[in-house]
Amino acid sequence: MQIFPFVVVVWILAMGLYGIVTSRHLVHLIVCLIVVQSSTYVLLLAVGYKTGAVAPYFSDVPNHTPAVDPVVQALALTDVVVEAAVTALLLAFAIQAHKRFGTLDPHELVQLKG
Amino acid sequence: MTPGQRRWVFGAGMAGLAAFLLWGLTGLPGFGNYPGPYGDIINRVAVAQTNATGVVSAINFSYRGFDTLGEEFILFVAASGMAIVLRHLRGEREYAPTDEAVDRHVPPTSEAIRMVALILTGPTVVMGWYLASHAQTSPSGGFQGGVVLATAFVLVYLAGRFLVFERISPVDVTDAVEALGAGGFAAVGIAAVAMGLPYLTNFLPRGTIPGAVSSSGTIALISFFVGVEVGAAFILIVGELLDQTLLLREGSG
Repeated sequence: MQIFPFVVVVWILAMGLYGIVTSRHLVHLIVCLIVVQSSTYVLLLAVGYKTGAVAPYFSDVPNHTPAVDPVVQALALTDVVVEAAVTALLLAFAIQAHKRFGTLDPHELVQLKG
Repeated sequence: MTPGQRRWVFGAGMAGLAAFLLWGLTGLPGFGNYPGPYGDIINRVAVAQTNATGVVSAINFSYRGFDTLGEEFILFVAASGMAIVLRHLRGEREYAPTDEAVDRHVPPTSEAIRMVALILTGPTVVMGWYLASHAQTSPSGGFQGGVVLATAFVLVYLAGRFLVFERISPVDVTDAVEALGAGGFAAVGIAAVAMGLPYLTNFLPRGTIPGAVSSSGTIALISFFVGVEVGAAFILIVGELLDQTLLLREGSG
């Protein structure tokens, strides 16, 4: 059981990469990139988890209650924001690619350039 | 390369990568056995040092404040980058979108959508402000609050039309608000330097009650500025994308 979250991490990463490799549409490809990045959230939160511990918020529990690692949670938060920014920028590139080449299929984009 | 070959090459590579990853990850302390010590130390000292009961916010806006400043500027640069990438190209004119299929009846926005969007707008604004201003006490903060605030503007778009969205969030004003949020964060840090303290030192009084809204000094202030910045950045991003629906290339339209 202790290895299960890490198997999930590898599985999400593999599925996202599979989607990127076989993608026929740039927007689908961008969504697959988000899936790849999601694996990092699971990994970060899994690494910091402590069995039986509470969330690192001490508003209603005594100060020395065992809590999970707040550092990885802060990193996951950073991760989410950067992902949103990167996604927005990539979608803008997809719009421009469609304007210039009239297609969103990565294979056709390569042919047009060659 | 045919799609079939591509899948085989990927399958072989991915099998290797997955094996290596699993090998490495199984070497970590198992799930639920966090070994520390950083998280444990911060959990022990953060409330006493900052008077913020939300330790994640204390890390984001105080202990790792400098990293968060960089992260905030990633969002700032991404929003600016989108505006540059989506600038009007030569030969592009702005049109009201015309219906290409003239024989098709286009239904107006349904009353149900308008109603739900209007009902949700007020609570969404309140929720966004609540999240942005309570980083120090509960699981919230400027990043979450800013996104929720931007959602309120999207709801107005759903209830009305794009022109309304543009009227309530003109690009110039949103730009200025975004700059104010990003600059405010940096200015809080510089204010500490002006007082002879290291950059981003928490120089404000931290209150006496841990977890009170007025406690935690600059953590609450920085979270507020981040909320303003993130909200404005997402409104700009949504606006840029919606703006594209009004663009037609000369010749194609």
